[in-house]
Amino acid sequence: MNQVELINVSKSFDKQQDILNDINLSIKKGEFFVLVGPSGSGKSTLLRMIAGLEDITDGIIKINERAVNHLPPKDRNLSMVFQNYALYPHLTVEQNILFGLRAKKVNKQEQQKRLNETCQMMEISNLLKRKPKELSGGQRQRVALARSVVSEAPLCLMDEPLSNLDAKLRAHMRIEIKRLQKRLGLTMIYVTHDQVEAMTMGDRIMVLNNGRIQQVGDPITLYNKPANLFVASFIGSPKMNMGKAVFSDQHLIIEDDLHLPKESIKSAMISETKNITVGIRAEHILPAEDSGVTHELTVVNVEQLGNETLISFEIGKELWTAKWLGQWNVHTGDKLPVHISADNISFFDSNSGRLLEASSTEKEEVLAI
Amino acid sequence: MKIPLRRKVIFYILLVVSAFLVFAPALIAFMMSFMTNQDIMSGKLIPTTITFDNYLAVFERFPLLNYLLNSFIVSIVIMIGQLMLSSLAAYAFVFMEFKGRNFLFFVFISTMMVPFEASVIPNFQTIRDLNLIDSYAGLTLPYFAMAFGTFLLRQNFKQIPKELKEASEIAGMGHFKFYLSVVLPMAKTSLITLGVYGFLTSWNMYLWPLLATTNDSVRTVQIGLKQLQTQEQLNEWGVIMAGGIIVVIPTLILLFLGQKRLQQGLAEGAIK
Amino acid sequence: MNEVAIQSDGVATPDFKKIKKKQQLIRFLKGILFLMPSIILFAVFLFYPLIRTIYLSFFLTDASGSTTVFVGLDNFINMFSSPVFRKSMQSTFLFVIFTVPGTVLIGLFLAILANEKLKGIGFFRTIYSSTMGISVAAGSVFWLFLFNPTMGWLNEILNFFGIEAIGWLTDPSWALLSVSITTIWMNLGFIFLILLGGLQSIDSYLYESAEIDGASYFYKLRRITIPMLSPTLFFVITVSLINAFQTFGQIDMLTSGGPQNETNLIVYSIYQEAFMNYQYGTASAQAVVLFVIILVLTFIQFKLGEKKVHYQ
Repeated sequence: MNQVELINVSKSFDKQQDILNDINLSIKKGEFFVLVGPSGSGKSTLLRMIAGLEDITDGIIKINERAVNHLPPKDRNLSMVFQNYALYPHLTVEQNILFGLRAKKVNKQEQQKRLNETCQMMEISNLLKRKPKELSGGQRQRVALARSVVSEAPLCLMDEPLSNLDAKLRAHMRIEIKRLQKRLGLTMIYVTHDQVEAMTMGDRIMVLNNGRIQQVGDPITLYNKPANLFVASFIGSPKMNMGKAVFSDQHLIIEDDLHLPKESIKSAMISETKNITVGIRAEHILPAEDSGVTHELTVVNVEQLGNETLISFEIGKELWTAKWLGQWNVHTGDKLPVHISADNISFFDSNSGRLLEASSTEKEEVLAI
Repeated sequence: MKIPLRRKVIFYILLVVSAFLVFAPALIAFMMSFMTNQDIMSGKLIPTTITFDNYLAVFERFPLLNYLLNSFIVSIVIMIGQLMLSSLAAYAFVFMEFKGRNFLFFVFISTMMVPFEASVIPNFQTIRDLNLIDSYAGLTLPYFAMAFGTFLLRQNFKQIPKELKEASEIAGMGHFKFYLSVVLPMAKTSLITLGVYGFLTSWNMYLWPLLATTNDSVRTVQIGLKQLQTQEQLNEWGVIMAGGIIVVIPTLILLFLGQKRLQQGLAEGAIK
Repeated sequence: MNEVAIQSDGVATPDFKKIKKKQQLIRFLKGILFLMPSIILFAVFLFYPLIRTIYLSFFLTDASGSTTVFVGLDNFINMFSSPVFRKSMQSTFLFVIFTVPGTVLIGLFLAILANEKLKGIGFFRTIYSSTMGISVAAGSVFWLFLFNPTMGWLNEILNFFGIEAIGWLTDPSWALLSVSITTIWMNLGFIFLILLGGLQSIDSYLYESAEIDGASYFYKLRRITIPMLSPTLFFVITVSLINAFQTFGQIDMLTSGGPQNETNLIVYSIYQEAFMNYQYGTASAQAVVLFVIILVLTFIQFKLGEKKVHYQ
């Protein structure tokens, strides 16, 4: 069953045309759906349109199979968590959590029951009498979540709720929000600009840029088969290594620098395309010891992360990064033998940006248990 | 920043001298209000004997208590009226979106170009024709709507994150309830500032009470003071000064308490 | 299922527009409801009087203020040819020239003094702002004594230095100046408070970096304080200008427009014409002049003030 459905939805302001363009989307009940994109991509606007806080210029938004374009937010039966938490500074935690129930005139006993349940779940029972000013960032976040949970609305919208937390707390809250969503069976629409958040939390992800859908899919699909250059470079960290490529007699030449044997490329469609951009993930530039040296590259930078090592090379005008597991004794200026296989390369049409062929390694990578 | 000693001394001298000059007229009046007539006539600076006779006299000979009460009622009614109307209007300008809002905002701005003194003749006629001369309503009603107050509060309301409004919309709370239960409590400081300002200016009003009162029933203390000054003999300075001191005490206390807030609040509403 | 969905879409789409229109109307009405009290009172006590004043200025009236004869621009012509009114305008402008720079400069001086971080500065700030809490009537009474020709302190001080006594409020060549001094004193508190607020909003980093560069006190005053304060100064100047044109109370209490109409400022002139002489028509013509002056001043404030604020 579709909890939320968007049909040809678009949005434009008087001065700014096409904030959102022709969005079609359906989100299933109980799904954790992430809207991700750079700032200005229209992701927050889309969320606010679903919430009813923003007018819909064109198209239809349905919640529970019912068109809701004309309904005010309160009649859409949803809850929302804001980036700045939107806690009322003059009210205590308890009053903040019960704010919505009081506005809806839920009876007192029911209020108390839900309050107790929620606070136990969120572990904030000891904070009830405090004001938001007296809470830490993480505690405020929990109160905001509690306010959303206590409403018992089946649909929950979140607008970058973790962006005000420090990195450690953010990683922790990611897990907690995800667990909460599964436990309560909520349908979640979650907006973020952080692709790591999107990858780690989302059942499905929609990548948005300039008001247009770039790709919708589960995290692994987005990573392995990015629909276009934008998705390819947006998803994944470090970002995918890219380069312009041309065919000569026997070789595929990347950035006038890197040569790959032509026969290893099977698809005919690629050879017919004039302008090609190739992409290769950092983990696919392998250390050459076991698989035979294909290239020797000069190291321009090394980042030691302890569990892995990031090594940068200059390929023409591009900076490519390799990610090797473990600790490697490599220094800037070293000539490093590496193994690059054409199988690991994704091909894109430079003009349209569209994917021609994805790297063919996915089957080996995704392990089933 | 450390201030060199020499500059410190210069500053203190300037501060003290200026303070004395600024406060001298009020200080002299204060001392005279405790002097006997002989002391005043002989041009003494400091009273030889402190007497409360002047205060007794001014309350005995004059319905000063009645005037004070009238001033309190008028000032408080105007203050409350201004707070209510300004906050409602400011709310509409910040949290409500509707056609014509910008035009109405322009109308509010344009009211600042019409000085009350220039429209005093028809206003007098209106109040007279409504039979509101010598009534609290006639004294207070023209002052309820206030562009300056609306701007000051609007400036303050704009600092309330709009997410709070949106959260209340999702919770299903209407405008008026949000105004009462969130906006007003959050803007408490500005409301107090505006309240103090409104009370001060109403208490000190002169022209309008002069026109809108013809007898003692609702006459305010400022007009009372004018009457005291014109009716008393010139050699009764002590009594007149006692009256003057009584008139300024409530506002001075209010000003001393709210000086800091007033200073910040006025700067905000005026400049930004 | 699909069919139903499509059908309902077809019906629903035009509906949305209608509902949207209705919702807009409701929003409009709600907005107006919040503004209604202010709008009604502005209409009754501000806009109507304004129009009525202009209307009255074209008529002669009876003692109750009802119009009797339409005289066109006669009221204005008579007014501008009347020596009394010309005198009044002259006094008003002189008064403005005396009071505005006086108030602003002294206020600025006090604000700069009181902006130093010295012990007990709060006390001085309170004293300097105190005249804001002193009403026109009370202030006038205080100064009435100081100006008193025989007992007043001012003449006693002159006497001490062997200077002849001055008829502060009775001598035509001194009266306007005396009223101006009183007015400066009365307005000082308010102006001081606003200027101090402006000074305190200047970022202290500016001073600290100048300090590191070794700038002198007066260099900082001229290069940082005054430029950064310019929007506030500008506001204060226009407010004092407008206030000066609206002065009434101290005239009524101190001089009643005399001696020889020397202190017959425009608002007092309107008051006399309307409520003493019952010449509502000519009084209204004067009120129109006052309105035009204030209009121009406020307009300048908005236009220039906008730029200054952006600059800040």
